[in-house]
Amino acid sequence: MHTERKNKLFKQSAIWGFIVIELVFFSIAGHFLSVSDKAFMDGANMLLLFKQSAPIGIIALGMTIVMINGNIDLSVGATYALCAIVMLDSMTWPIFAGLGDWVIPVAWLLALGTGMVLGLINGLIVWKTGVDAFIVTLGSMLGFRGLVFMYNGEQPTSHLNWTLVDIAEADLFGIETPTIVFVVFTILIWLLMSKTVHGRNAYAIGDNREAAVNAGIRVGPHMVWNFVLIGFLAALSAVVFYSASGSVNPNDGTLYELWVITAVVLGGTKLTGGSGSVISTFGGVIAIQLLRKGLGHIGADTAMVNLVIGLILIAVLFLDKQLNRKGREELKI
Amino acid sequence: MIAQKPALRLEGIVKTFPGVRALDGVSFEVMPGEVHALLGENGAGKSTLMKVLGGIYQPDDGTIFIDEAPVTMGSPLDAKAKGVVFIHQELSLADELSVAENIYLGELPTKSFGRVDWDSLHSNSAAILKRLNCKFTPQTIVGDLSIANKQMVEIARALTVDAKAVIFDEPTASLTDAEKVVLFDIISDLSRQGVGIVYISHRMDEIFTISTKISVLRDGEYRGSLATAETNEDEVTQLMIGRSLDLGQKVEHAQTGKVAIEVRNLSCGSLYHDVSFKVRSGEVVGFYGLVGAGRTEIAETLFGLRNPTDGTIHLDGEEVRIHSPVDAIRHGISLVPEDRKGQGLVLGMNCRDNMTLPQVADLTAGPFVSDGAEIAIFDQYRDKLAIKTPSWRQRVGNLSGGNQQKIVIGKWLSMAPKVLIVDEPTRGIDVGSKSEIHNLIRDLAKQGYAVIVISSEMPEVLRVSDRVVAMFHGEIIREFTSEEVTEDNLVQAISGIRSDKVA
Ligand SMILES: Nc1ncnc2c1ncn2[C@@H]1O[C@H](COP(=O)(O)OP(=O)(O)OP(=O)(O)O)[C@@H](O)[C@H]1O
Ligand SMILES: [Mg+2]
Repeated sequence: MHTERKNKLFKQSAIWGFIVIELVFFSIAGHFLSVSDKAFMDGANMLLLFKQSAPIGIIALGMTIVMINGNIDLSVGATYALCAIVMLDSMTWPIFAGLGDWVIPVAWLLALGTGMVLGLINGLIVWKTGVDAFIVTLGSMLGFRGLVFMYNGEQPTSHLNWTLVDIAEADLFGIETPTIVFVVFTILIWLLMSKTVHGRNAYAIGDNREAAVNAGIRVGPHMVWNFVLIGFLAALSAVVFYSASGSVNPNDGTLYELWVITAVVLGGTKLTGGSGSVISTFGGVIAIQLLRKGLGHIGADTAMVNLVIGLILIAVLFLDKQLNRKGREELKI
Repeated sequence: MIAQKPALRLEGIVKTFPGVRALDGVSFEVMPGEVHALLGENGAGKSTLMKVLGGIYQPDDGTIFIDEAPVTMGSPLDAKAKGVVFIHQELSLADELSVAENIYLGELPTKSFGRVDWDSLHSNSAAILKRLNCKFTPQTIVGDLSIANKQMVEIARALTVDAKAVIFDEPTASLTDAEKVVLFDIISDLSRQGVGIVYISHRMDEIFTISTKISVLRDGEYRGSLATAETNEDEVTQLMIGRSLDLGQKVEHAQTGKVAIEVRNLSCGSLYHDVSFKVRSGEVVGFYGLVGAGRTEIAETLFGLRNPTDGTIHLDGEEVRIHSPVDAIRHGISLVPEDRKGQGLVLGMNCRDNMTLPQVADLTAGPFVSDGAEIAIFDQYRDKLAIKTPSWRQRVGNLSGGNQQKIVIGKWLSMAPKVLIVDEPTRGIDVGSKSEIHNLIRDLAKQGYAVIVISSEMPEVLRVSDRVVAMFHGEIIREFTSEEVTEDNLVQAISGIRSDKVA
């Protein structure tokens, strides 16, 4: 009688259930198969997991809002690389020579600004031309990556600033900067999407654009804002990661868009728009990273990891569809 | 007399949704050749009952019998194979495919190697279309048809099998009177062939024209059946909502003030031309005409969804340009659109969020939307319009058709507009709520709003309007004051008899 309610609960927590299963499985399997002698659910290991999730995770937050809005952004990987270059390279520009360590925030702002401008370009093209976001950002993915290669050819762009590395690797009670940024922005974006007018309207536009227009919602500006936000978040992700590493290869960030979309979809956000949540995306990101680490822990190689993630993605979405279709006429026919 | 066996019998059907007992042990039967009207308020469970019958929902309890043998309906296709055909309230056609392909969707005739047998597909479809008196060919692409013709295709689908029972769920919502006549012919034709018909509608005139028996549902319970020949509207209404209504009576009219909106020589391509009219505050002007007379297009222009090719719009005596709904809303114009699912509602959102959608930007506390302010608005209009939902959290897509319409109306009423345009406001709404909505429209006028009501239901136009504008083929044929308007001269005007056109 109350199956639908139960399903709904399960649906919302499906990704969390999956994470629990992963943890249990890898803890037990790790006991017998582990290539190291550390326990899988070791505290340090879990903290590392969060930190490693951050680059993809921060971008995934942006992808979630763009997808809720009924669009998609394939250019995030290229944006990420380009912003990394801007940040590292700008620190060596002669005009900033007199700034000393104050060049660091300047470089950050430049990188974040670049991300927002790239997002703005995507958003404006999608709005003003009415071309599908998939096509537009497929184009800008190629274009932005072209810019990356024009910058330094096949050469990596490097700049090591120890103060920067110190900041990037700082920690609060053992939780490192990337993790803090990821968690804080998850909360901020969640507030944005669930509590503000912008969030409400973004859901409405993604679900039924015509109804949104009829309600006097300015569809274009909302879409543009979301593209600016994802550009910002892609840049933020680059800032967080490359502040520590100090060197960017022109191919960095390739295929990030697919990993990001995988995480978002695993978290239950619909490709068609109108529904989804950044909290579930957070879960999706953690689930993927757990899977990677866990499989590595029991000795699987990268090829194996990719195969398993692919299979699990399809399995989870199939399960999700089954759970949500019972008793609902739309999906049954 | 020989005791006939029912073609179809439902016994003790129970169906629950979270928070709603939609059907509570309903029993219902349809004899061969009978036209059985199913009535009830919005959300009474009519569509749910028929969906159980059509294999779309599985009942929690109860049994379905066909020719007195118990059956289960696993899926709509299964139900169709067992002779129960469901004609949906909402169209479900593939717009890119041809009429013939749609009629035989899922069961295309084939030749060897699975090739489609186009010849028999087209000849069979042509035969069905002929039976329905349709003017288009089987090769026509469905997307090019009008809504009414699409409905005909939907009906044509039902005729591909040897049906025992055909269910029509509010089939006339988008049909013109002429098309309705054709539909009624088809229904009588089917019933003469011994097919049992279930007919759901909120329009009493239709029910008394076509049905032989009337059954009433209320709050998911069966309330009784009446032979159509031995009853009257009042008795049926009593059974449905527990009180009688006088829908024919004209509601009291208010004092009118100065002109709120004036349209001068407005044209829009071939859709309508040289349209001029004024609406004063405190006044309700009804636009009556056939489907396709250009009324909806005028409304869309006033709301900024279409640009006029010529002419001007004046609000409070000043010319305004309205390029988008944003402009319109800013000027105090609201539109309750004709197609609630396409244009009005965000189906995945809950009831409250849908209702506050156009004004959510004004309901903030700091950076966040204020829950309390939203709930207050929702509660107010839920009570005012008697919207039936377990809570504001319910997805609008799960409400019954009529309650969805009420959400759209509530959404625009709560904006307190200066000029309110309502396009077919009571389509699919039960008689009780219909009179509520009429009263509400009059109330708004009394408070000084200017209201434009577009409707294809003559009694509705006659009841709520202070003035009636009759349209035909994109032109205003005549304006009537409420004293001079009668059914007869209105019918004349909208069928294009212009001898009495006032200069
Ligand atoms: N899929 C669903 N999920 C949850 N509740 C539902 C669902 N479908 C219907 N209901 C609820 O069941 C009740 C009966 O709905 P139903 O659509 O059968 O009403 P109806 O008699 O056809 O009304 P109307 O005249 O407005 O079309 C309503 O309260 C409705 O909100
Ligand atoms: Mg219904």
